[in-house]
Amino acid sequence: MNTEGYLDMELLRFTTAGSVDDGKSTLIGRLLYDSKSIFEDQLEAVEEASRSRGNDEVNLALLTDGLRAEREQGITIDVAYRYFATPKRKFIIADTPGHVQYTRNMVTGASTADLAIILVDARHGIMEQTIRHSYVASLLRIPQVVVCVNKMDLVDFAQSTFDKICEDYRQMSAHLDLGQVTFVPISAKLGDNVVNPSTNMPWYTGPALLTYLETVPLHRQQTQPFRMPVQYVIRPIGDRYPDFRGYAGRLACGQVRKGDSVRVYPSGMSSRVKSVWLADRELSEAVAPQSVTICLEDEIDISRGSVLVADALPLPMEEQLINVEVCWFMSPVLQPGKKYIVRHATAETQAVVKDIVYKIDISTQQRVSGVDHLEMNDIARVRLKTAQPVVFDYYKDNRTMGSLIFIDPGTNNTVGVGMIVPAED
Amino acid sequence: MSNNIITHLQELEAESIYILREVAAQFEKPVILFSGGKDSIVITYLAYKAFFPAKLPFPLLHIDTGHNFQETLDYRDALVKKLGAQLIVGSVQASIDAGRVKEETGYNASRNMLQTTTLLDTIEQYKFDAAIGGARRDEEKARAKERIFSHRDEFGQWNPKDQRPELWNIFNAKKDMGEHFRVFPISNWTEMDVWQYIYQEQIELPSLYYTHKRRVFQRDGQWLAAEPCMKLKPTETVVEKEVRCRTIGDITCTGLTLSKAHTLEEIIAEIAATRVTERGGRSDDKRSETAMEDRKKAGYF
Repeated sequence: MNTEGYLDMELLRFTTAGSVDDGKSTLIGRLLYDSKSIFEDQLEAVEEASRSRGNDEVNLALLTDGLRAEREQGITIDVAYRYFATPKRKFIIADTPGHVQYTRNMVTGASTADLAIILVDARHGIMEQTIRHSYVASLLRIPQVVVCVNKMDLVDFAQSTFDKICEDYRQMSAHLDLGQVTFVPISAKLGDNVVNPSTNMPWYTGPALLTYLETVPLHRQQTQPFRMPVQYVIRPIGDRYPDFRGYAGRLACGQVRKGDSVRVYPSGMSSRVKSVWLADRELSEAVAPQSVTICLEDEIDISRGSVLVADALPLPMEEQLINVEVCWFMSPVLQPGKKYIVRHATAETQAVVKDIVYKIDISTQQRVSGVDHLEMNDIARVRLKTAQPVVFDYYKDNRTMGSLIFIDPGTNNTVGVGMIVPAED
Repeated sequence: MSNNIITHLQELEAESIYILREVAAQFEKPVILFSGGKDSIVITYLAYKAFFPAKLPFPLLHIDTGHNFQETLDYRDALVKKLGAQLIVGSVQASIDAGRVKEETGYNASRNMLQTTTLLDTIEQYKFDAAIGGARRDEEKARAKERIFSHRDEFGQWNPKDQRPELWNIFNAKKDMGEHFRVFPISNWTEMDVWQYIYQEQIELPSLYYTHKRRVFQRDGQWLAAEPCMKLKPTETVVEKEVRCRTIGDITCTGLTLSKAHTLEEIIAEIAATRVTERGGRSDDKRSETAMEDRKKAGYF
């Protein structure tokens, strides 16, 4: 095998949402099978488990349903991560259950995804579930969406059926904030257009799903202005590096070079980059999403929670009253006036929700006003007041600089998540 | 400005370094669980990179079953010396002597299960609040669902049904007194990624990973090392074979692979061609369909 070729691969993270009925497990199973990512002992274990449950066919869902409770109840209750690679790319699948009550799992899977696969059953067209998945993809700003119209074999591979579903989808999603949307007609069961082009659908001239996944451009946000939340200050003890004071962090976006002018938030002080390090190697430049250590020319008060940014427009915002799209994950409910701990990038502050502007009914996407609390799986827009100013960019511009989590100070649990959005007129 | 290509290994490395720095920032007293296997070696190497030129902000903790390959112990001691790191050894033998656990008997006796007690006792003794492990989600189906920052209650137990949501790269390490976390910085790496990274960075490994002549015997289709701690059945015979370890646990549960791989390139080629997972050679996972989940709930690695 070509070792060097493998070392040059890029990484694509994608999420798949849906239930077993959509053929999602079959699709994932086929991607793993055909890329030789399922091993013999895994397959044997699944065959054995299927038999002991009285299934005649091998149930590929058992590959991903790892927890005892999931196997017993035959449902997926949590996000499962799956890995496969082709000679062109390495892939991480966040496989999320599609039941109504598991919106939070869909949101979790979507939070790190470069791309979302949304499955539509060719016989049924756009369903409430399709709308819900698309809404989550829009809310979490997944850059790419692939709508796979599955079970084409059950509609005689008819182009008219596929075209109608594409048209319906475009109409349904017109008001959503989706990135690029691509449609692929497939039969996961028979393999049409999954890994290999279909001979049953000569009217479709686009790439097979896997070919698309292997070639779709990745958005690594390297052309945006530099941002790096500081995680940790590295100050070695001993004589070897007496003056070393390095700021450790991962670039949220942009690039940084020696000599660049930077500003430090929250103080707003300016300095220049003295050096950029990746362990013992000094780099000529670093790009998102690398983890590096940066030394500055001037001594400035910088600690965990500070943000280094390019001294160029646009600069980040720094405010104490922010507008946030919230997805609530837990009971107890979100209540305006209750204190939460909010973690944003590497900073942490106390916060209260001033008011709930409106809640979204996710199945109709209607705004519901006059809501006084949020329950598990609710999605809403709120106004948040923080004890310390938050240094941020809007979520649509940068995920790291625009996302936050709510922690309940009583239970220490992560109870909700938020994306910072502009105020509405 | 144009986009630079970040390879999957660079991206995985960046993510792992980020996670290790979050551990140092969010916990009071973290520790690296060091087994001498390739995954914990890669974790230690990443920690070196994350904090250079400062020393590792974590000690290494080795849970010693007393049934270790000598090569593992030699490698461990040399690495600790090279890094100037602190090594803590938790002894399963000491747990047995103190009556904390009871030794298994029979041909398939293993101290693998007993490690959990020694591990939890050591964590409690040193008041560690985060134990950093080299577990990967591609290894086993229960691990596929575990969080990167994984909460343990005051009894060291994992509750898979009530895990904290984990989104973007925001990790929540808040906890009450007596609770701790397990942290898995290479969750998103596959076995192949680990080997490719070892190759790319030219990381030194214990000699056990390369093929060598060893006295072995076969049981349930697996080659095992004929060491004094292994009790042979009358029907089992010891032969000499060219073998290597694909994973390293203690002697009683480490299956050996017949192999001609002398170099990292040859190991990578061998893994690319193989059709069995690396834990397929681990007898501890074969005890039941949910063996790993059950051990993890109790506080296993």
